[in-house]
Amino acid sequence: MRARSIVAACLAATWLATGAAAQSDNPVEEYRRLLADPFANPGYLFVDRGEALWHQKRGPKNASLEQCDLGLGPGVLEGAYARLPRYFADADRVMDLETRLMWCMVNLQGFDEATIKKTAFSKRGGQSDMEALVAYVAEKSSGMTFEIPLEHPKEKEAYALGEAVFYRRSSYFDFSCSTCHSLDGRRIRLQELGNMTRQEDAARAMTSWPTYRVSHETLRTMQHRMWDCFWQMRMPDLDYGSELSVALITWLTKNAEGGELAVPGIKR
Amino acid sequence: MRFVTAAALSACLAVPVLAAEIPGLPTISVERREQAVRDGFRYDKLAPELKARIEQDDTQRLCTEYRNEPPPEVAARIEKAALEAIVFPEDGKFLGDWKKGEALSLNGYGLRMGDDPKRQVGGNCYACHEMAPTELSYGTLGPSLKGYGKLRDFAQDAIKEVYIKIYNPNATVACSTMPRFGTKKILSIDDIRHVLAFLFDPNSPVNREE
Ligand code: HEC
Ligand code: HEC
Repeated sequence: MRARSIVAACLAATWLATGAAAQSDNPVEEYRRLLADPFANPGYLFVDRGEALWHQKRGPKNASLEQCDLGLGPGVLEGAYARLPRYFADADRVMDLETRLMWCMVNLQGFDEATIKKTAFSKRGGQSDMEALVAYVAEKSSGMTFEIPLEHPKEKEAYALGEAVFYRRSSYFDFSCSTCHSLDGRRIRLQELGNMTRQEDAARAMTSWPTYRVSHETLRTMQHRMWDCFWQMRMPDLDYGSELSVALITWLTKNAEGGELAVPGIKR
Repeated sequence: MRFVTAAALSACLAVPVLAAEIPGLPTISVERREQAVRDGFRYDKLAPELKARIEQDDTQRLCTEYRNEPPPEVAARIEKAALEAIVFPEDGKFLGDWKKGEALSLNGYGLRMGDDPKRQVGGNCYACHEMAPTELSYGTLGPSLKGYGKLRDFAQDAIKEVYIKIYNPNATVACSTMPRFGTKKILSIDDIRHVLAFLFDPNSPVNREE
Protein backbone atom coordinates (compact mmCIF):
# COMPACT_ATOMS: atom_id res chain seq x y z
CA MET A 1 0.00 0.00 0.00
CA ARG A 2 2.67 2.49 1.05
CA ALA A 3 4.89 1.76 -1.96
CA ARG A 4 1.97 2.03 -4.32
CA SER A 5 1.09 5.44 -2.91
CA ILE A 6 4.56 6.79 -3.41
CA VAL A 7 4.62 5.54 -6.98
CA ALA A 8 1.18 7.03 -7.47
CA ALA A 9 2.23 10.39 -6.10
CA CYS A 10 5.35 10.54 -8.29
CA LEU A 11 3.55 9.50 -11.43
CA ALA A 12 0.72 11.90 -10.76
CA ALA A 13 3.15 14.74 -10.20
CA THR A 14 4.95 13.95 -13.46
CA TRP A 15 1.69 13.64 -15.29
CA LEU A 16 0.41 16.94 -13.98
CA ALA A 17 3.71 18.64 -14.77
CA THR A 18 4.09 17.38 -18.33
CA GLY A 19 0.42 17.36 -19.25
CA ALA A 20 -1.33 14.33 -20.64
CA ALA A 21 -1.36 15.59 -24.22
CA ALA A 22 2.32 14.98 -24.92
CA GLN A 23 1.91 11.21 -24.67
CA SER A 24 -0.37 10.45 -27.58
CA ASP A 25 -1.79 11.62 -30.88
CA ASN A 26 -5.22 11.67 -29.31
CA PRO A 27 -5.04 13.82 -26.17
CA VAL A 28 -8.56 12.98 -25.05
CA GLU A 29 -7.94 9.25 -25.18
CA GLU A 30 -4.60 9.62 -23.46
CA TYR A 31 -6.20 11.69 -20.70
CA ARG A 32 -8.87 9.03 -20.20
CA ARG A 33 -6.25 6.28 -20.12
CA LEU A 34 -4.30 8.08 -17.41
CA LEU A 35 -7.44 8.75 -15.39
CA ALA A 36 -8.06 5.01 -15.32
CA ASP A 37 -4.52 4.13 -14.22
CA PRO A 38 -4.49 3.43 -10.46
CA PHE A 39 -0.78 4.14 -10.26
CA ALA A 40 -1.25 7.63 -11.66
CA ASN A 41 -4.11 8.47 -9.32
CA PRO A 42 -3.34 10.55 -6.19
CA GLY A 43 -6.67 9.36 -4.78
CA TYR A 44 -4.76 6.38 -3.39
CA LEU A 45 -2.90 8.70 -1.02
CA PHE A 46 -6.29 9.41 0.54
CA VAL A 47 -7.04 5.70 0.77
CA ASP A 48 -3.86 5.21 2.79
CA ARG A 49 -4.47 8.15 5.08
CA GLY A 50 -8.05 6.94 5.58
CA GLU A 51 -6.81 3.51 6.60
CA ALA A 52 -4.60 5.01 9.28
CA LEU A 53 -7.46 7.23 10.51
CA TRP A 54 -9.85 4.28 10.68
CA HIS A 55 -7.62 2.35 13.08
CA GLN A 56 -6.36 5.26 15.15
CA LYS A 57 -7.85 5.96 18.60
CA ARG A 58 -9.12 9.52 18.33
CA GLY A 59 -11.61 12.04 19.66
CA PRO A 60 -12.90 12.81 23.17
CA LYS A 61 -13.71 9.11 23.68
CA ASN A 62 -10.25 8.02 22.46
CA ALA A 63 -11.77 5.29 20.27
CA SER A 64 -11.07 4.02 16.77
CA LEU A 65 -13.72 3.51 14.10
CA GLU A 66 -13.12 -0.23 14.04
CA GLN A 67 -16.53 -0.91 15.63
CA CYS A 68 -18.38 1.33 13.17
CA ASP A 69 -21.21 -0.57 11.47
CA LEU A 70 -21.55 0.53 7.85
CA GLY A 71 -24.50 -1.78 7.27
CA LEU A 72 -22.88 -5.20 7.03
CA GLY A 73 -21.88 -5.44 10.72
CA PRO A 74 -19.35 -3.65 12.97
CA GLY A 75 -16.01 -3.28 11.24
CA VAL A 76 -17.08 -4.96 7.98
CA LEU A 77 -15.72 -2.83 5.17
CA GLU A 78 -15.57 -5.16 2.17
CA GLY A 79 -18.55 -4.35 -0.03
CA ALA A 80 -20.17 -1.98 2.48
CA TYR A 81 -20.07 1.04 0.16
CA ALA A 82 -21.68 -0.94 -2.69
CA ARG A 83 -24.75 -1.43 -0.41
CA LEU A 84 -25.23 2.21 0.62
CA PRO A 85 -27.36 4.29 1.17
CA ARG A 86 -29.53 2.16 3.47
CA TYR A 87 -31.67 2.41 6.60
CA PHE A 88 -29.97 2.19 10.01
CA ALA A 89 -32.21 1.33 12.94
CA ASP A 90 -29.90 2.87 15.57
CA ALA A 91 -30.14 6.28 13.89
CA ASP A 92 -33.67 5.63 12.56
CA ARG A 93 -32.81 7.15 9.20
CA VAL A 94 -31.42 6.38 5.78
CA MET A 95 -27.70 7.14 5.54
CA ASP A 96 -25.14 7.33 2.81
CA LEU A 97 -21.50 6.52 3.55
CA GLU A 98 -20.68 10.03 4.67
CA THR A 99 -23.68 10.42 6.99
CA ARG A 100 -22.88 7.04 8.52
CA LEU A 101 -19.21 7.85 9.04
CA MET A 102 -20.27 11.11 10.66
CA TRP A 103 -22.64 9.19 12.94
CA CYS A 104 -19.82 6.84 14.00
CA MET A 105 -17.42 9.72 14.57
CA VAL A 106 -20.01 11.38 16.83
CA ASN A 107 -21.22 8.29 18.65
CA LEU A 108 -18.08 6.15 18.90
CA GLN A 109 -15.41 8.83 19.05
CA GLY A 110 -17.33 11.74 20.59
CA PHE A 111 -16.55 14.27 17.85
CA ASP A 112 -18.79 17.31 17.46
CA GLU A 113 -21.15 17.03 14.49
CA ALA A 114 -21.07 20.72 13.57
CA THR A 115 -17.26 20.61 13.40
CA ILE A 116 -17.26 17.50 11.21
CA LYS A 117 -19.69 19.22 8.83
CA LYS A 118 -17.56 22.34 8.70
CA THR A 119 -14.38 20.44 7.83
CA ALA A 120 -15.81 17.67 5.63
CA PHE A 121 -14.78 19.40 2.39
CA SER A 122 -11.12 20.35 2.36
CA LYS A 123 -9.65 23.39 0.78
CA ARG A 124 -6.92 22.65 -1.75
CA GLY A 125 -4.40 20.12 -0.52
CA GLY A 126 -6.94 17.69 0.89
CA GLN A 127 -6.58 17.62 4.67
CA SER A 128 -10.16 16.60 5.41
CA ASP A 129 -10.39 13.43 7.51
CA MET A 130 -13.76 12.69 5.94
CA GLU A 131 -12.36 12.70 2.39
CA ALA A 132 -9.66 10.23 3.46
CA LEU A 133 -12.09 7.95 5.31
CA VAL A 134 -14.52 7.91 2.40
CA ALA A 135 -11.68 7.00 0.02
CA TYR A 136 -10.55 4.18 2.28
CA VAL A 137 -13.99 2.65 2.81
CA ALA A 138 -15.16 3.06 -0.79
CA GLU A 139 -12.01 1.48 -2.22
CA LYS A 140 -12.96 -1.70 -0.32
CA SER A 141 -15.92 -1.98 -2.71
CA SER A 142 -13.93 -1.36 -5.87
CA GLY A 143 -14.75 -4.00 -8.48
CA MET A 144 -18.15 -4.71 -6.89
CA THR A 145 -21.50 -3.67 -8.28
CA PHE A 146 -23.92 -1.27 -6.63
CA GLU A 147 -26.98 -2.97 -5.23
CA ILE A 148 -28.87 -1.21 -2.46
CA PRO A 149 -31.66 -2.76 -0.37
CA LEU A 150 -34.57 -0.32 -0.86
CA GLU A 151 -36.85 -2.50 1.28
CA HIS A 152 -37.45 -0.46 4.42
CA PRO A 153 -40.24 2.13 4.03
CA LYS A 154 -37.76 4.91 4.80
CA GLU A 155 -35.45 3.66 2.05
CA LYS A 156 -38.35 3.77 -0.39
CA GLU A 157 -39.29 7.20 0.84
CA ALA A 158 -35.71 8.42 0.33
CA TYR A 159 -35.74 7.17 -3.26
CA ALA A 160 -39.10 8.79 -4.03
CA LEU A 161 -38.05 12.04 -2.36
CA GLY A 162 -34.81 12.08 -4.33
CA GLU A 163 -36.75 11.68 -7.54
CA ALA A 164 -39.19 14.46 -6.61
CA VAL A 165 -36.35 16.84 -5.82
CA PHE A 166 -34.52 15.97 -9.05
CA TYR A 167 -37.33 17.65 -11.00
CA ARG A 168 -37.82 20.63 -8.68
CA ARG A 169 -37.06 24.00 -10.23
CA SER A 170 -35.96 27.03 -8.21
CA SER A 171 -33.69 30.03 -7.70
CA TYR A 172 -32.57 32.66 -10.23
CA PHE A 173 -32.07 30.35 -13.20
CA ASP A 174 -35.10 28.06 -12.66
CA PHE A 175 -32.71 25.11 -12.72
CA SER A 176 -33.55 21.64 -11.52
CA CYS A 177 -31.17 18.69 -11.62
CA SER A 178 -33.18 17.51 -14.61
CA THR A 179 -32.35 20.70 -16.53
CA CYS A 180 -28.83 19.39 -16.98
CA HIS A 181 -29.15 15.66 -16.36
CA SER A 182 -32.25 14.32 -18.12
CA LEU A 183 -31.24 14.51 -21.79
CA ASP A 184 -28.83 12.30 -23.68
CA GLY A 185 -25.47 13.51 -24.90
CA ARG A 186 -25.78 17.18 -23.89
CA ARG A 187 -23.05 19.50 -22.71
CA ILE A 188 -22.67 22.69 -20.66
CA ARG A 189 -19.84 24.51 -22.46
CA LEU A 190 -17.56 21.49 -23.05
CA GLN A 191 -18.53 19.50 -19.97
CA GLU A 192 -20.51 16.37 -20.72
CA LEU A 193 -23.72 16.00 -18.71
CA GLY A 194 -24.81 12.49 -17.85
CA ASN A 195 -28.50 11.64 -18.17
CA MET A 196 -29.08 10.42 -14.63
CA THR A 197 -32.47 8.91 -15.50
CA ARG A 198 -30.64 6.26 -17.55
CA GLN A 199 -28.85 3.35 -15.95
CA GLU A 200 -25.73 3.60 -18.15
CA ASP A 201 -25.11 7.26 -17.42
CA ALA A 202 -26.00 7.07 -13.73
CA ALA A 203 -23.70 4.06 -13.39
CA ARG A 204 -20.83 5.79 -15.17
CA ALA A 205 -21.19 8.71 -12.77
CA MET A 206 -21.81 6.96 -9.46
CA THR A 207 -19.18 4.23 -9.86
CA SER A 208 -16.42 6.82 -10.25
CA TRP A 209 -16.96 8.64 -6.93
CA PRO A 210 -15.23 9.35 -4.58
CA THR A 211 -12.85 10.82 -7.10
CA TYR A 212 -9.56 12.70 -7.10
CA ARG A 213 -10.34 16.05 -8.73
CA VAL A 214 -7.29 17.42 -10.46
CA SER A 215 -8.70 20.96 -10.61
CA HIS A 216 -9.46 20.89 -6.85
CA GLU A 217 -6.18 19.19 -5.92
CA THR A 218 -8.04 16.92 -3.53
CA LEU A 219 -10.33 13.92 -3.38
CA ARG A 220 -14.03 14.77 -3.57
CA THR A 221 -17.03 12.82 -2.34
CA MET A 222 -20.61 12.47 -3.60
CA GLN A 223 -21.85 14.87 -0.89
CA HIS A 224 -19.46 17.42 -2.38
CA ARG A 225 -20.79 16.78 -5.90
CA MET A 226 -24.33 17.46 -4.64
CA TRP A 227 -23.19 20.66 -2.91
CA ASP A 228 -21.35 21.67 -6.11
CA CYS A 229 -24.34 21.12 -8.41
CA PHE A 230 -26.63 23.12 -6.06
CA TRP A 231 -23.96 25.84 -6.04
CA GLN A 232 -24.14 25.95 -9.83
CA MET A 233 -27.92 26.11 -9.50
CA ARG A 234 -27.46 29.33 -7.48
CA MET A 235 -28.86 27.66 -4.37
CA PRO A 236 -27.63 28.22 -0.80
CA ASP A 237 -25.05 25.82 0.66
CA LEU A 238 -26.45 22.31 0.94
CA ASP A 239 -26.34 21.03 4.52
CA TYR A 240 -23.79 18.20 4.70
CA GLY A 241 -25.51 14.89 5.33
CA SER A 242 -29.01 16.37 5.15
CA GLU A 243 -32.01 14.18 4.35
CA LEU A 244 -32.21 16.02 1.02
CA SER A 245 -28.65 15.09 0.04
CA VAL A 246 -29.10 11.46 1.06
CA ALA A 247 -32.40 11.25 -0.84
CA LEU A 248 -30.76 12.43 -4.06
CA ILE A 249 -27.84 10.04 -3.56
CA THR A 250 -30.26 7.18 -2.90
CA TRP A 251 -32.14 7.89 -6.12
CA LEU A 252 -28.93 8.24 -8.13
CA THR A 253 -27.41 5.08 -6.66
CA LYS A 254 -30.52 3.00 -7.32
CA ASN A 255 -30.49 4.20 -10.92
CA ALA A 256 -26.82 3.22 -11.11
CA GLU A 257 -27.42 -0.34 -9.87
CA GLY A 258 -25.42 -2.93 -11.73
CA GLY A 259 -22.60 -0.47 -12.35
CA GLU A 260 -19.17 -1.69 -11.24
CA LEU A 261 -17.30 0.53 -8.82
CA ALA A 262 -13.84 1.74 -9.85
CA VAL A 263 -12.77 3.99 -7.00
CA PRO A 264 -11.13 6.25 -6.17
CA GLY A 265 -11.80 7.79 -9.58
CA ILE A 266 -9.85 10.66 -11.03
CA LYS A 267 -11.40 13.56 -12.91
CA ARG A 268 -10.77 16.98 -14.29
CA MET B 1 -50.77 9.21 -12.49
CA ARG B 2 -47.52 11.08 -12.88
CA PHE B 3 -45.71 7.77 -13.39
CA VAL B 4 -48.16 6.84 -16.12
CA THR B 5 -47.42 10.08 -17.96
CA ALA B 6 -43.73 9.58 -17.40
CA ALA B 7 -43.99 6.01 -18.68
CA ALA B 8 -45.78 7.06 -21.85
CA LEU B 9 -43.31 9.87 -22.42
CA SER B 10 -40.23 7.80 -21.85
CA ALA B 11 -41.52 4.95 -24.01
CA CYS B 12 -41.33 7.43 -26.90
CA LEU B 13 -37.87 8.54 -25.85
CA ALA B 14 -36.76 4.96 -25.15
CA VAL B 15 -35.65 5.92 -21.64
CA PRO B 16 -36.28 3.21 -19.05
CA VAL B 17 -38.66 4.36 -16.31
CA LEU B 18 -36.64 3.45 -13.32
CA ALA B 19 -39.25 4.50 -10.76
CA ALA B 20 -41.91 2.17 -12.13
CA GLU B 21 -39.75 -0.88 -11.49
CA ILE B 22 -39.76 -0.42 -7.72
CA PRO B 23 -42.85 -1.74 -5.94
CA GLY B 24 -44.46 0.11 -3.05
CA LEU B 25 -42.97 3.54 -3.58
CA PRO B 26 -44.76 6.18 -1.50
CA THR B 27 -46.16 9.35 -3.05
CA ILE B 28 -44.21 12.38 -1.89
CA SER B 29 -46.57 15.26 -1.20
CA VAL B 30 -45.51 18.76 -2.16
CA GLU B 31 -45.45 19.72 1.54
CA ARG B 32 -43.15 16.81 2.37
CA ARG B 33 -40.81 17.66 -0.50
CA GLU B 34 -40.70 21.36 0.39
CA GLN B 35 -40.00 20.58 4.05
CA ALA B 36 -37.06 18.35 3.05
CA VAL B 37 -35.74 21.07 0.71
CA ARG B 38 -35.98 23.75 3.41
CA ASP B 39 -34.25 21.50 5.96
CA GLY B 40 -31.58 20.63 3.39
CA PHE B 41 -30.51 24.27 3.21
CA ARG B 42 -31.13 25.14 6.88
CA TYR B 43 -33.81 27.55 5.79
CA ASP B 44 -34.44 29.07 9.22
CA LYS B 45 -30.86 30.31 9.48
CA LEU B 46 -30.77 31.94 6.03
CA ALA B 47 -30.91 35.62 5.12
CA PRO B 48 -34.14 36.68 3.34
CA GLU B 49 -32.44 36.87 -0.07
CA LEU B 50 -31.34 33.24 0.24
CA LYS B 51 -34.72 32.13 1.58
CA ALA B 52 -36.24 33.58 -1.59
CA ARG B 53 -34.02 31.36 -3.74
CA ILE B 54 -35.55 28.31 -2.11
CA GLU B 55 -39.20 29.36 -2.34
CA GLN B 56 -40.78 28.53 -5.69
CA ASP B 57 -42.70 31.18 -7.62
CA ASP B 58 -45.86 30.21 -9.56
CA THR B 59 -44.00 29.35 -12.76
CA GLN B 60 -41.46 27.16 -10.99
CA ARG B 61 -44.20 25.46 -9.01
CA LEU B 62 -46.30 24.65 -12.09
CA CYS B 63 -43.33 23.57 -14.21
CA THR B 64 -42.20 21.28 -11.40
CA GLU B 65 -45.69 19.86 -10.97
CA TYR B 66 -46.00 19.00 -14.67
CA ARG B 67 -42.33 18.21 -15.15
CA ASN B 68 -42.11 20.89 -17.83
CA GLU B 69 -44.98 19.41 -19.87
CA PRO B 70 -47.95 21.50 -18.70
CA PRO B 71 -51.36 20.75 -20.23
CA PRO B 72 -52.37 23.33 -22.89
CA GLU B 73 -54.52 25.49 -20.62
CA VAL B 74 -51.79 25.74 -17.98
CA ALA B 75 -49.18 26.43 -20.65
CA ALA B 76 -51.33 29.23 -22.04
CA ARG B 77 -51.68 30.72 -18.55
CA ILE B 78 -47.91 30.64 -17.97
CA GLU B 79 -47.19 32.19 -21.37
CA LYS B 80 -49.76 34.94 -20.93
CA ALA B 81 -48.50 35.92 -17.47
CA ALA B 82 -44.91 35.95 -18.76
CA LEU B 83 -45.72 38.12 -21.76
CA GLU B 84 -47.76 40.62 -19.76
CA ALA B 85 -44.92 41.24 -17.32
CA ILE B 86 -42.25 42.02 -19.91
CA VAL B 87 -40.73 45.48 -19.57
CA PHE B 88 -39.53 46.94 -22.86
CA PRO B 89 -36.81 49.60 -23.27
CA GLU B 90 -38.41 53.03 -22.76
CA ASP B 91 -36.65 54.58 -25.74
CA GLY B 92 -37.69 51.74 -28.05
CA LYS B 93 -34.04 50.96 -28.89
CA PHE B 94 -33.28 47.22 -28.79
CA LEU B 95 -29.66 46.98 -29.90
CA GLY B 96 -26.67 47.83 -27.72
CA ASP B 97 -22.95 47.13 -28.14
CA TRP B 98 -22.23 43.66 -29.56
CA LYS B 99 -18.78 43.53 -27.92
CA LYS B 100 -20.34 43.93 -24.49
CA GLY B 101 -22.92 41.34 -25.54
CA GLU B 102 -20.20 38.90 -26.48
CA ALA B 103 -18.53 39.35 -23.09
CA LEU B 104 -21.88 38.77 -21.33
CA SER B 105 -22.51 35.64 -23.42
CA LEU B 106 -19.17 34.18 -22.40
CA ASN B 107 -19.45 35.20 -18.74
CA GLY B 108 -20.87 32.62 -16.31
CA TYR B 109 -20.02 34.54 -13.15
CA GLY B 110 -22.49 35.61 -10.52
CA LEU B 111 -25.21 34.72 -8.00
CA ARG B 112 -23.41 31.63 -6.74
CA MET B 113 -22.56 31.36 -3.05
CA GLY B 114 -19.30 33.24 -2.52
CA ASP B 115 -19.57 35.29 -5.73
CA ASP B 116 -18.90 39.01 -5.30
CA PRO B 117 -22.30 40.76 -5.60
CA LYS B 118 -20.61 43.91 -6.93
CA ARG B 119 -19.24 42.15 -10.03
CA GLN B 120 -21.16 41.97 -13.32
CA VAL B 121 -23.46 38.94 -13.54
CA GLY B 122 -23.00 37.09 -16.83
CA GLY B 123 -25.62 35.81 -19.26
CA ASN B 124 -23.68 32.59 -19.79
CA CYS B 125 -25.43 31.99 -23.12
CA TYR B 126 -22.49 29.85 -24.30
CA ALA B 127 -23.30 27.36 -21.55
CA CYS B 128 -26.22 26.26 -23.70
CA HIS B 129 -25.86 27.79 -27.21
CA GLU B 130 -23.43 27.80 -30.10
CA MET B 131 -23.08 31.48 -31.15
CA ALA B 132 -19.98 32.85 -32.95
CA PRO B 133 -18.49 30.11 -35.18
CA THR B 134 -15.03 30.83 -33.77
CA GLU B 135 -15.99 29.94 -30.16
CA LEU B 136 -15.82 26.16 -29.85
CA SER B 137 -16.52 25.93 -26.12
CA TYR B 138 -20.30 25.97 -26.27
CA GLY B 139 -22.98 23.82 -24.65
CA THR B 140 -25.85 22.00 -26.34
CA LEU B 141 -28.85 22.37 -24.02
CA GLY B 142 -30.28 25.01 -26.37
CA PRO B 143 -30.42 25.32 -30.18
CA SER B 144 -27.47 26.70 -32.16
CA LEU B 145 -27.59 30.48 -32.66
CA LYS B 146 -24.78 30.56 -35.22
CA GLY B 147 -25.55 33.18 -37.89
CA TYR B 148 -28.77 33.99 -36.01
CA GLY B 149 -29.26 37.63 -37.08
CA LYS B 150 -28.50 36.91 -40.69
CA LEU B 151 -30.80 33.87 -40.74
CA ARG B 152 -33.60 36.08 -39.48
CA ASP B 153 -32.84 38.84 -42.01
CA PHE B 154 -31.94 41.26 -39.20
CA ALA B 155 -35.69 41.92 -39.05
CA GLN B 156 -37.14 44.31 -36.45
CA ASP B 157 -39.85 41.78 -35.54
CA ALA B 158 -37.25 39.08 -34.92
CA ILE B 159 -35.25 41.44 -32.70
CA LYS B 160 -38.30 42.18 -30.57
CA GLU B 161 -39.15 38.48 -30.40
CA VAL B 162 -35.69 37.64 -29.09
CA TYR B 163 -35.84 40.50 -26.61
CA ILE B 164 -38.91 38.74 -25.24
CA LYS B 165 -37.16 35.35 -25.37
CA ILE B 166 -34.26 36.60 -23.27
CA TYR B 167 -36.46 38.62 -20.90
CA ASN B 168 -38.75 35.65 -20.27
CA PRO B 169 -38.55 32.57 -22.50
CA ASN B 170 -41.80 31.25 -21.00
CA ALA B 171 -43.66 33.95 -22.92
CA THR B 172 -43.45 31.68 -25.97
CA VAL B 173 -42.38 28.27 -24.59
CA ALA B 174 -44.01 27.53 -21.22
CA CYS B 175 -41.53 25.86 -18.87
CA SER B 176 -38.58 26.57 -21.16
CA THR B 177 -35.20 25.33 -19.99
CA MET B 178 -33.79 28.79 -20.59
CA PRO B 179 -33.52 31.17 -17.61
CA ARG B 180 -35.80 34.21 -17.35
CA PHE B 181 -33.02 36.77 -17.53
CA GLY B 182 -35.22 39.89 -17.34
CA THR B 183 -38.01 38.67 -15.05
CA LYS B 184 -35.56 37.31 -12.48
CA LYS B 185 -33.35 40.42 -12.78
CA ILE B 186 -30.29 38.41 -13.77
CA LEU B 187 -29.56 40.86 -16.61
CA SER B 188 -30.57 44.53 -16.84
CA ILE B 189 -32.41 45.95 -19.85
CA ASP B 190 -29.09 47.40 -21.06
CA ASP B 191 -27.39 44.01 -20.71
CA ILE B 192 -30.16 42.42 -22.78
CA ARG B 193 -29.67 45.08 -25.46
CA HIS B 194 -25.96 44.23 -25.64
CA VAL B 195 -26.69 40.51 -25.99
CA LEU B 196 -29.27 41.29 -28.67
CA ALA B 197 -26.63 43.26 -30.58
CA PHE B 198 -24.30 40.26 -30.35
CA LEU B 199 -27.02 38.23 -32.10
CA PHE B 200 -28.27 40.90 -34.53
CA ASP B 201 -25.45 43.32 -35.35
CA PRO B 202 -24.23 42.54 -38.91
CA ASN B 203 -20.65 43.12 -37.70
CA SER B 204 -20.98 40.70 -34.78
CA PRO B 205 -18.93 37.48 -35.11
CA VAL B 206 -22.24 35.59 -34.73
CA ASN B 207 -23.14 36.76 -38.24
CA ARG B 208 -19.72 36.45 -39.87
CA GLU B 209 -18.46 33.41 -41.77
CA GLU B 210 -15.92 31.13 -40.09
C1 HEC C 1 -26.39 23.90 -14.52
C2 HEC C 1 -26.16 22.53 -14.80
C3 HEC C 1 -26.29 21.50 -13.73
C4 HEC C 1 -27.31 21.29 -12.82
C5 HEC C 1 -28.58 22.09 -12.67
C6 HEC C 1 -26.93 20.12 -12.05
N1 HEC C 1 -25.75 19.63 -12.47
FE1 HEC C 1 -24.88 17.88 -11.91
N2 HEC C 1 -23.28 18.29 -13.07
C7 HEC C 1 -23.14 19.41 -13.88
C8 HEC C 1 -21.80 19.45 -14.41
C9 HEC C 1 -21.24 20.52 -15.34
C10 HEC C 1 -21.14 18.31 -13.88
C11 HEC C 1 -19.69 17.92 -14.08
C12 HEC C 1 -19.45 17.19 -15.33
C13 HEC C 1 -17.97 17.01 -15.51
O1 HEC C 1 -17.23 17.13 -14.54
O2 HEC C 1 -17.56 16.74 -16.63
C14 HEC C 1 -22.10 17.60 -13.06
C15 HEC C 1 -21.85 16.41 -12.40
C16 HEC C 1 -22.80 15.67 -11.71
C17 HEC C 1 -22.60 14.34 -11.20
C18 HEC C 1 -21.34 13.51 -11.36
C19 HEC C 1 -21.22 13.03 -12.77
C20 HEC C 1 -19.93 12.29 -13.04
O3 HEC C 1 -19.90 11.54 -14.02
O4 HEC C 1 -18.97 12.46 -12.33
C21 HEC C 1 -23.75 13.97 -10.57
C22 HEC C 1 -24.03 12.65 -9.90
C23 HEC C 1 -24.66 15.09 -10.68
N3 HEC C 1 -24.06 16.10 -11.38
C24 HEC C 1 -25.93 15.14 -10.13
C25 HEC C 1 -26.70 16.31 -10.07
C26 HEC C 1 -27.87 16.48 -9.22
C27 HEC C 1 -28.44 15.43 -8.30
C28 HEC C 1 -28.32 17.75 -9.42
C29 HEC C 1 -29.40 18.50 -8.71
C30 HEC C 1 -29.27 18.65 -7.31
C31 HEC C 1 -27.48 18.34 -10.44
N4 HEC C 1 -26.49 17.45 -10.78
C32 HEC C 1 -27.69 19.59 -11.01
C33 HEC C 1 -24.12 20.32 -14.18
C34 HEC C 1 -25.31 20.45 -13.48
C1 HEC D 1 -29.75 26.69 -19.43
C2 HEC D 1 -29.76 26.77 -20.84
C3 HEC D 1 -29.87 28.08 -21.57
C4 HEC D 1 -29.22 29.28 -21.33
C5 HEC D 1 -28.22 29.61 -20.22
C6 HEC D 1 -29.63 30.18 -22.38
N1 HEC D 1 -30.53 29.55 -23.20
FE1 HEC D 1 -31.38 30.34 -24.88
N2 HEC D 1 -32.49 28.64 -25.11
C7 HEC D 1 -32.38 27.50 -24.36
C8 HEC D 1 -33.35 26.52 -24.82
C9 HEC D 1 -33.55 25.12 -24.24
C10 HEC D 1 -34.06 27.12 -25.88
C11 HEC D 1 -35.22 26.50 -26.70
C12 HEC D 1 -36.54 26.68 -25.95
C13 HEC D 1 -37.05 28.08 -25.99
O1 HEC D 1 -37.14 28.69 -27.07
O2 HEC D 1 -37.41 28.61 -24.92
C14 HEC D 1 -33.49 28.45 -26.05
C15 HEC D 1 -33.88 29.36 -27.01
C16 HEC D 1 -33.22 30.54 -27.32
C17 HEC D 1 -33.51 31.39 -28.46
C18 HEC D 1 -34.59 31.15 -29.51
C19 HEC D 1 -34.00 30.37 -30.65
C20 HEC D 1 -35.05 30.18 -31.74
O3 HEC D 1 -35.71 29.16 -31.70
O4 HEC D 1 -35.19 31.07 -32.58
C21 HEC D 1 -32.66 32.46 -28.38
C22 HEC D 1 -32.54 33.59 -29.37
C23 HEC D 1 -31.85 32.27 -27.19
N3 HEC D 1 -32.22 31.11 -26.58
C24 HEC D 1 -30.87 33.16 -26.75
C25 HEC D 1 -30.19 33.05 -25.54
C26 HEC D 1 -29.32 34.08 -24.99
C27 HEC D 1 -28.98 35.37 -25.69
C28 HEC D 1 -28.88 33.63 -23.79
C29 HEC D 1 -28.00 34.30 -22.78
C30 HEC D 1 -28.34 35.63 -22.36
C31 HEC D 1 -29.44 32.30 -23.60
N4 HEC D 1 -30.23 32.00 -24.66
C32 HEC D 1 -29.19 31.50 -22.50
C33 HEC D 1 -31.50 27.29 -23.31
C34 HEC D 1 -30.69 28.27 -22.75
